[in-house]
Parts: sequence; structure tokens; C-alpha cells
Amino acid sequence: MGRALAILIWLLTIGSVALFFMGWWFPPSISEYGAQIDSQFLITIIVVGLAFTAAQVGLGYTLWRYRDNQSTERATYSHGNNRLEIIWTVITAIIFIGLAVLGQRVWAQLHFQKAPADAVKIEVVAQQFQWNFHYAGADQKLGQTKPELISDSSLNFIGLDDADPNSKDDSVVSTLIVPVNRKVELMLRSKDVTHDLWVPQLRIKQDAVPGLNIPFPFTATQVGQYEVACAELCGQLHYKMRANMLVLPENEHAELMSLPQAKFQTRMNELLKKYPLALSK
Amino acid sequence: MAEVDTAHGGQEVAAHDVAHTEGEVHRHPAPTNFIRKYIFSIDHKVIGIQYLLLALVSVFIGMFMSVLMRLRLTWPEHSWAGLGSIFKLGAPGGVMSPEFYLSLVTMHGTMMVFFVLTTAPQGGFGNYFLPIQIGADDMAFPNLNMLSFWVTLVGFLVLVLAIFAEGSATVAAWFNAKPTGTVGPIGGWTAYPPLSALGFRAGPGQGTGQNLWIISIAIFCVGSLLGALNFITTLLNMRCRGMSLMRMPLTCWAWFTTAVLALLAFPVLLGGGILLLLDRVAETSFFIPGGLVVSDTLLTNHKGGSPILWQHLFWFFGHPEVYIAILPGMGATSHILATFARKPVFGYRAMVFAMFGIGLLGFFVWGHHMFMSGMSPYSGMAFSILTLSIGVPSAIKTFNWLGTLWGGKIRFHTPMLYAIGFVSLFVAGGITGLVLGQTSLDLPMHDTYFVLAHFHLVMGVAAIFGMFAGVAFWFPKMFGRMMSERLGKVHFWITFIGVYCIFVPMHIMGIVGMPRRYAQFTEYEFLKSLHPLVVFVSIAVFVTAASQLIFLFNFLWSMFKGEKAGDNPWEATSLEWAIPSPPPHDNFAGIPPVVYRGPYEYSVPGAPNDFIMQTEPDPTEVQEPSARDAGDARRVTGDGDNGHQH
Repeated sequence: MGRALAILIWLLTIGSVALFFMGWWFPPSISEYGAQIDSQFLITIIVVGLAFTAAQVGLGYTLWRYRDNQSTERATYSHGNNRLEIIWTVITAIIFIGLAVLGQRVWAQLHFQKAPADAVKIEVVAQQFQWNFHYAGADQKLGQTKPELISDSSLNFIGLDDADPNSKDDSVVSTLIVPVNRKVELMLRSKDVTHDLWVPQLRIKQDAVPGLNIPFPFTATQVGQYEVACAELCGQLHYKMRANMLVLPENEHAELMSLPQAKFQTRMNELLKKYPLALSK
Repeated sequence: MAEVDTAHGGQEVAAHDVAHTEGEVHRHPAPTNFIRKYIFSIDHKVIGIQYLLLALVSVFIGMFMSVLMRLRLTWPEHSWAGLGSIFKLGAPGGVMSPEFYLSLVTMHGTMMVFFVLTTAPQGGFGNYFLPIQIGADDMAFPNLNMLSFWVTLVGFLVLVLAIFAEGSATVAAWFNAKPTGTVGPIGGWTAYPPLSALGFRAGPGQGTGQNLWIISIAIFCVGSLLGALNFITTLLNMRCRGMSLMRMPLTCWAWFTTAVLALLAFPVLLGGGILLLLDRVAETSFFIPGGLVVSDTLLTNHKGGSPILWQHLFWFFGHPEVYIAILPGMGATSHILATFARKPVFGYRAMVFAMFGIGLLGFFVWGHHMFMSGMSPYSGMAFSILTLSIGVPSAIKTFNWLGTLWGGKIRFHTPMLYAIGFVSLFVAGGITGLVLGQTSLDLPMHDTYFVLAHFHLVMGVAAIFGMFAGVAFWFPKMFGRMMSERLGKVHFWITFIGVYCIFVPMHIMGIVGMPRRYAQFTEYEFLKSLHPLVVFVSIAVFVTAASQLIFLFNFLWSMFKGEKAGDNPWEATSLEWAIPSPPPHDNFAGIPPVVYRGPYEYSVPGAPNDFIMQTEPDPTEVQEPSARDAGDARRVTGDGDNGHQH
């Protein structure tokens, strides 16, 4: 039984590790921090994999080696070894806390670097089960919004105030459109419950919390169409709260943003066709 | 420990009086009628079994829900002939609705976390064996103990009511409501507001179902709190002569640490739950900010609340709760590994300190659930460092388990198999905390299947293996009969392989980016490549779930037909094995035991057997005849010496 269990544990270990080499992985990264996050993940998962394998192989080994062999010899009588205890505690502490410190780097860059003044500002208003993206238009000024003006039935999803002159050229659509290689700052909020903006290729997600306005800076580095998902349970149709993200070349982005509301949607649909979603194999 | 000892020494006289009075309170005659004996019993052993049976019912309900969830995830549009007639509203025509799925998610989590992982390891085994292992004839407060169980049971019944209040027209009518075709609320076991605070407007299941859910959890908190008080008092005051703290089995240390965590964590959830209920029924605004527009209606009766406040309160409870679920399993595993390896526990003191370390740090890491919540990024950094620190005591425990096995003479009875499974699964599940605890890696991983895999392995499956180990190990003591070794082994092999097949692929799904709590994965292109894994996991779930019937059969069959067990079938050393199986009403038949040594004296060179029981007199130790309580005995034997130090 000892040997069988040892072999089983080793097989499960091999199987578990092998599964990480079967080709399922992150989708390609398209954000400035993506590569750093991927390499930090790789370092961590290697440490995790080695520790996992070492522990399981060691466990299997003791079961094999020290199974009751019906001999008259007794087990070793020992209450432990303080020196060993201290050695492995210190080693694990260094590795674990070292990883925690390393893992802060991207986080700090992401959160503590102020977005430059020319960053593209987009207001994101989440609601059950739809994303609304509010663009400033040609004047590059976002019009005012008021909760009491919100009316889904008349398609004013974010309560844009028409009386505000800045609103005149604004567009509100359900597609996230950003220029390539330029800092974007989303301002995330929610009308009803907590949602979470998640684009796997960007490697970052952020909750949209009612009552808060949360900045979410990123730079997309690859032109194309991507999927935006909601990653915080928001109700019945949570699984359907999907949007598209369109990363455009600078000139096409500028051209689209200068269009008046009426033409915006048509041009956006053309661009969505021009840069189709990459289909999975 | 120093504080405990000093306090004891300093208030010698008072301690004597208290111990004396307690002795009078907890001593009670054996009941003669059926109801006092088995239903409203104040015997800690009967109450322990009541908790275990409650957990057994809950675990099968929770598991059945997970099978339905896998059916829905794998074949979302498929019509399951039988389901349509059971869940007429939730699965019309046999096709499960998304809200039905989400209510399964909520209720599966709630059943498992509260009524299985919290009740069985602590309320079940702790109740039954803590008093016996410290040589007491019952808990400190037997009536309070009975109350704890019955309060918990009421909590369970209210949760079941939540299922029917949303699923059955008849029951919904009691609350003047319409059923919504769910089996409860759809906001998950974490119940984040505003989704959980806005009532029926926020979605199906969020009306009566959510109210009853909150009430159920609040009642459960009260039950756990009362239980925790009882455990702490019992352990500190009722140890028998010679049972110094450092002579207690590690199981007792685990139950004690767990009780301290429960005492500090549950009141916070209770408070949070009451505030949430007030937001719902009394129009307060603890968690609801102003200006919300829900289902195209502007809410004017709330302003100024913070949804993140709930997350702080919930996870301040929720993270220690993880340790409440796993610590008793750690205790049982340590105890069982030593017994079947025929070796003393490696580094007993380190094990005790590691458990306390985990318990203490467990209160400072709750923010790692909230990296994406909009909480200050500086707090995130602090929580991240503290979170990875908690890996250190966890690693110490793993090393010491391996150290215990090393050089042993291992007997592979079923309790041992489960305990070894616990170690393997604890490592597999715990180690990915290194990924999730890092702020920057949580950016892609948060709320994906990677998280699901991590916590199911470590607090779900590992903890349940701890329970399997406990059942197999203590069954002969509880019921006087052995469980079938053959059935036990079949169950172990299928379950052990099964859980690896279920949860390891979920890590991969998480890396690809699969979000949790999705009723189906058909809407996203980037998830399509995962379909083969989804099918594989579901098949593993069905096989593993079915094999739990083997365990159930073994449990019930052995209770009546199992081979008769002797007093000490495993040749173990702690006090429960020094008394008959099953133990008499007052455990020690009125003669308090005296303890002469630590709990893990296996394979002592020169001893006649390869185990020396704690009660076996030590000729080298002089017992002062007047020494009455544990405090005196400790002074006689020196400061709680755990056997011989090497």
C-alpha cells in the first residue's frame, strides 16, 4: 500500500505539472505592463511548481521508504530538530517575502504613476448587464452627467446633461475604443451594483463600485479587437455582460473621435469589421 | 503560553474556586429517556454526533448542487428530463436558468462553508473529543453546548427555508412574495452589496431569499460564538491532573486556536449581517451610496453608504474562517500521522506556534480578497506582504508532517490514507496562494477559476480529507465498531484521484482567464479553447460525487454491522483510547484520569510496547497527592514538558 500510494502521488504530481505544458496559457499580452506581469507570473509559478513537486516527491518517498515492513525494528524515536526547523523557516520566509516584494513592482507603477495630461480620458459607467463608454468628442471635454437624468428607455444610459455645452459632441457607446500606444485613463463607476472591467489581454482588472470614481490607467500596444468581460458577480446575466474593445491606430482613432454622435456609431461599426476579433482555434 | 501560566499562578486561589464550581456545574447524571439522551442532549458526545450528522446532510446537499452546476456549465442549453419536474420554475423544461445556476453557486458555498466546514471539524469532532482528550467529563457549559447546536440547526432550517421561499409558490406565499425560480439569493456566499442590499430590483432571488439568507447566517454566527466560548473555557479550566498545555494532543491545540478565531471573527460577520439586513428592511444606508439607478429607477431613499465597507467586514471574518475550516484538519492530521507512523510528532512546539502564527496572521490578511475593490493601493501592498508571510507557518507545518513520517514505520490504515491525502492536497492548494497573494498577479487572476481551484483545494477538499481522516480514525471510538477498511480504501483512491482531476485543470482555466460565477461560457471567444477541460472536469466531478455514496454507505453500514472495535484499535496514546468504545456517559466513569507524559510517545526505546499511553504511570515522576487541578500538576512536572527533548 505504501508503494502504491507513493506511485500514485508521483503520477498525480507529474500529471498536474504536465497540464501546465499543454498549451493553455494567457492570451497574448497587449498592454505596457503585460510582459512584466507575465514574467513575474512565470517566476512565481516556477517557484510554486518546484515547491509543489519537492513536497509531493518527498511525501511519496517517505511513504515508500518508511512503510511498515513487518520487521521487529522500531521507528526512530525523535521529537524533532530545532536547527532544521530554523533553517527551513528562514529559507521559506526569504523566498515567500521576496516574491511578495517583487510582485509589488508592477502594482506600484500601475497605481502610483499619475497619468500624463494628454492621456485619453474615457468615462466608463457600468450597469446590469451593459458597459457604457463615454467619449469627449472633438472638444476633448466630457459633458456633465446626473443620475436623475438617467433613462434607459430613452437611451440616456449615463444621464448625460444636454444643457451642458461640453455634452454636445460627446458619444456614449457600448464599445471601448482606445488609441494604440497612448496612455488611456478610464474613470470607472457603476449605476447599480459592483462590476469589474476585465480584458484578459491587458492583464488587469478593476472593480467599478457604486459611489466611487476609480481611475484605471493603461496603454494598449497592439491594434485589434478584444473582448471586455465583467469579472464581479453582478446578477442574473453576469455571464453576458460583454463588450468589445477596439484598439485603433492613432489617425483612425483621432478621426473617429472627431465625428459627431450621429456618424460615430456608423464609423465605429465599420472599424469593428475592419479589425475583427481574433478567433480561437 | 507564558501569559497563561502566569495568570494561572497569580490567581491560584481564584482558579481553585472556579475549577471547583465548574466541576459542580458540568457534572450531570446520565439521562434516562430517549429525548434527553439523543435529541435535547447535554452530553458533549451526543452533541458532537448531532453536529456531524448536520454536516453530513449539508455536505450531500452542497455536493448535489455542485453536480447541477457542472451540468449547467458543460451543457448549458441541454434539457435534463427529470430536472424540469423537480425544479418547475428554476429549470423549466429541464433547462436550468442562469439565475437558478447563480443561486446554486450561492447555496453551495453557504452550505459548505458554514454548515460543513465550520460545523463538522469543530462542532463535531471538537465537541466529542476535546473534553475526552483533556480528561474532562463534559464541556464546561453543557446546557450552552446544547443551545449552540440547536441555534445552529435553526440557522440551517432558515437557510433551507430560503431555498423554498424562492423556489416554491406555497412557501413564497407565506412571505407574501412570488417565487423567482431560484434556490435562494444569487449574489454568492460573499453577498456583496449593493447586489445583496437592493432587494428584488437587483434580480431574482434577491428578495425574500436574501433576507432569509442573512438571518440564517446571523443565527449561525450566534451558535458558533456560543460554541467557541465553551471550547475556550473547557480547555483552559478543565484539563485533568497532569494535562499541562504542552501535553495536550495537537488536535486540542487546533480546536482551541479555532475557537479563539471563531470568537473574534463571527461577531464581525454578525454585525455586518445585521447592518445589511437594516439596509434592506429599514432603509438605512450602511452599504448603499446615493444616486443609484437600478432597473431604470432612481433610488431616492439611500445615500452615503459604502459597498466596500461590507467587503472589509465580510473578509475580516471571511479570512479567519478559512483557518477555522482548516486548523482542526491540521490538528487531526498531525495526530493521525504520528499514530500511524508510530513516531512522535516532529517539532511539537513548532507545530503549536505555527498554528497560533497562522491564527494571528489570519486576522491581518483579509485585504488580499480586495486588491481590485477600489481599496487604497497602499493597503494592498501591506496586505500582500502579510499574506505571503502566512505561508511561512504553513510551510513549517508541512515540513514537520514530512519530518513526522521520516524514519517512521508507517501503517496504511484508511485514517492514515486520508491524513496523507490531506498533506498532499494542503500543499497543492496552499502553494498557489503565493500567486494570488501578490498584488500584481492578482490583477489577471482575481475572480477567475484559478482562485476557485486554490480555495477549493485548500479549504474545501483538504479540510474534507481532514474530516474523512477524523471519521475513519474516531469511528471505532464513537460507535464501538470499525468502518470497513476495504470500502474506505476504494473511497479514498477514487476521491483522491478525483479531486486532483477536478481542481488542477481549474488552475489552467484561470490562467486562460475564465471568470468565476458565469452561468455559461458561450459568450466569449477567448474561453472557447477551454471546452475540453470543462468536459473533463465535469466527468471527474460526476465520478467523484458518485463515489461519496461509498463513504455514506460505509458510514451507515459500519454503524450497525461493522466489526466490533476494541478500546484502542489503533494502538494510540491519547486519553480517548484509554476508555471503552463507545465511552460511558461521563467518559471516565467518575474516576478522573491522571496524565504522566506527552501525547505522542511512540517507539520509545526500551519500552515494552511501541506506544506508551498518556495515562501510563511514569515511575520517575513524583506526583504530589494533594495536587488537584492542572495548574498544580504543571508545577509538579515542570513547565509542561512534552516528553523528552532531543
